[in-house]
Amino acid sequence: MTDALPMRPATRDAAYNFAYLDEATKRALRRTILKAVAIPGHQIPFGAREMPLPYGWGTGGIQVTAAILGPRDVLKVIDQGADDTTNAVSIRRFFNRVAGVATTTDTRAATIIQTRHRIPETPLREGQVLVYQVPMPEPLFRLEPRLAETRRIHALADYGLMQVKLYEDIAAQGEVGSSYNHPVMVGGRYLMSPSPIPGFDNPKMHRMPALQLFGAGREKKIYAVPPWTEVRSLDFEDHPFRPVRAPHACSLCGSTGSYLDEIVTDDRGGRMFVCSDTDYCERRR
Amino acid sequence: MILRAGNLSLAFGAVRALDGVSLDLWPGEVLAVVGESGSGKSTLLRVLAGQMRPDAGRVLYADATGAEREIGALTEAELRRLWRSEWGFVQQNPRDGLRMGVSAGGNVGERLMAAGCRHYGTIREEAAEWMRRVELDPARMDDSPRTFSGGMQQRLQIARTLVTRPRLVFMDEPTGGLDVSVQAKLLDLIRGLVADLGLAVVLVTHDIAAARLLAHRIVVMRHGRVVEQGLTDRVLDDPRHEYTQLLVASVLAA
Ligand SMILES: Nc1ncnc2c1ncn2[C@@H]1O[C@H](COP(=O)(O)OP(=O)(O)OP(=O)(O)O)[C@@H](O)[C@H]1O
Ligand SMILES: [Mg+2]
Repeated sequence: MTDALPMRPATRDAAYNFAYLDEATKRALRRTILKAVAIPGHQIPFGAREMPLPYGWGTGGIQVTAAILGPRDVLKVIDQGADDTTNAVSIRRFFNRVAGVATTTDTRAATIIQTRHRIPETPLREGQVLVYQVPMPEPLFRLEPRLAETRRIHALADYGLMQVKLYEDIAAQGEVGSSYNHPVMVGGRYLMSPSPIPGFDNPKMHRMPALQLFGAGREKKIYAVPPWTEVRSLDFEDHPFRPVRAPHACSLCGSTGSYLDEIVTDDRGGRMFVCSDTDYCERRR
Repeated sequence: MILRAGNLSLAFGAVRALDGVSLDLWPGEVLAVVGESGSGKSTLLRVLAGQMRPDAGRVLYADATGAEREIGALTEAELRRLWRSEWGFVQQNPRDGLRMGVSAGGNVGERLMAAGCRHYGTIREEAAEWMRRVELDPARMDDSPRTFSGGMQQRLQIARTLVTRPRLVFMDEPTGGLDVSVQAKLLDLIRGLVADLGLAVVLVTHDIAAARLLAHRIVVMRHGRVVEQGLTDRVLDDPRHEYTQLLVASVLAA
């Protein structure tokens, strides 16, 4: 790993305001985040800013991180569980430069973890913040294209339609929990998209000691799950949600409990299964 | 009394779609609303069901607990709860009443799920049972309603509406777009279900024969007004208002 040891707090680039955004923008974002925390699972609109990265790169998550970052924070950024993808490295370098904060790949050492597509295997603790990059915050968008109607559905907690979708999935595929972005009920009130994490990670959201914040840059929405909040994956009594992982041990660390990626090793059909969480895997070897 | 409308009026610009309409409906009763095109039948149905607000007048509904509710005073949440539990709505065009992107079984199961049922097996069983009741093959439960004929779609819409056993169902020309032979079968089916379930029904139709077959009482509308109402046989065999006489005569002539 390029920077397995915490990267020292650098002298930040004084050409930028701390964490890139100006203070007024960060204050507005923090107000939005506070609203989101006050109404768990409810999407709050915000005036998204142009960031020096394209939308697909997680500008929503970056804005949330920029708004909550303090000089003593230690930042970890993962993409599909890995600390060393181009995306993760760029975002980490970005904050190292514009905020001068320390960065790390160690889940336990981080105070803020920005993520795309995964929740770390190492259980998070109180005081940590998990920031998700969200491409589409509205869990009903495929079912109900009219935005005004989705707002009404949320306001009335009239979620029968989402259950119909689940019914259709089981009728067609026979199970729930194998896919990504499986919708959850937060605090028994709001239906929420967990972002495109595998169903395997959904149970980790339930009563998580850390604060979970979700930023959608293109759609200009922020939502949150406060620490210790109930998060339930939608399912049926006789088809309970079951987190699914590939039935193998990690080829590198031997873990039989972590989420695995399938890696093609050669062009003759060779493949192996390894932990998608690189930090967790390296620590076990 | 399950539904009572008093002095309903509603104008669209210069058009008085409803002009002082009053009517009562009793539990288990089928009331047909007949009249020529543009007489205000659909508007009346929408106002009764709380989908449209009248300019004047009010609608009272006696709910399952016996409490009288004024429809115009309900919150949207309360109204929606009624729509998906104690009430049902059958549209003339089944495509307006069905989710065309959802399987037949999912369509029938939706109201069960909205009512809180979270048992997949129970939903499947109920859906199969209701498909049988409306004479659809339960083996087609996972098929899209797009693959159904118009008459089959209409039966599916009826199954989807009745699965939660509503007390009051609004039907707007339920056999309107169908072939005559299909219409007759569907009317028979509706008559059987309504009797079995003891449903109260407000049925909008301009088919006098359908009204005779299904309705206990008839309301005749013209230019947004009720010109005559009474027991079905009395109104059709001994129409008093000349407009009703014309209406009945035109059917006999046709
Ligand atoms: N949304 C609307 N805006 C303007 N005018 C309307 C609207 N809805 C109905 N009307 C008018 O109100 C009158 C009553 O219409 P309504 O649809 O209730 O008649 P109907 O008896 O159901 O007719 P049909 O048998 O053709 O369905 C008509 O003159 C119609 O043009
Ligand atoms: Mg009409």
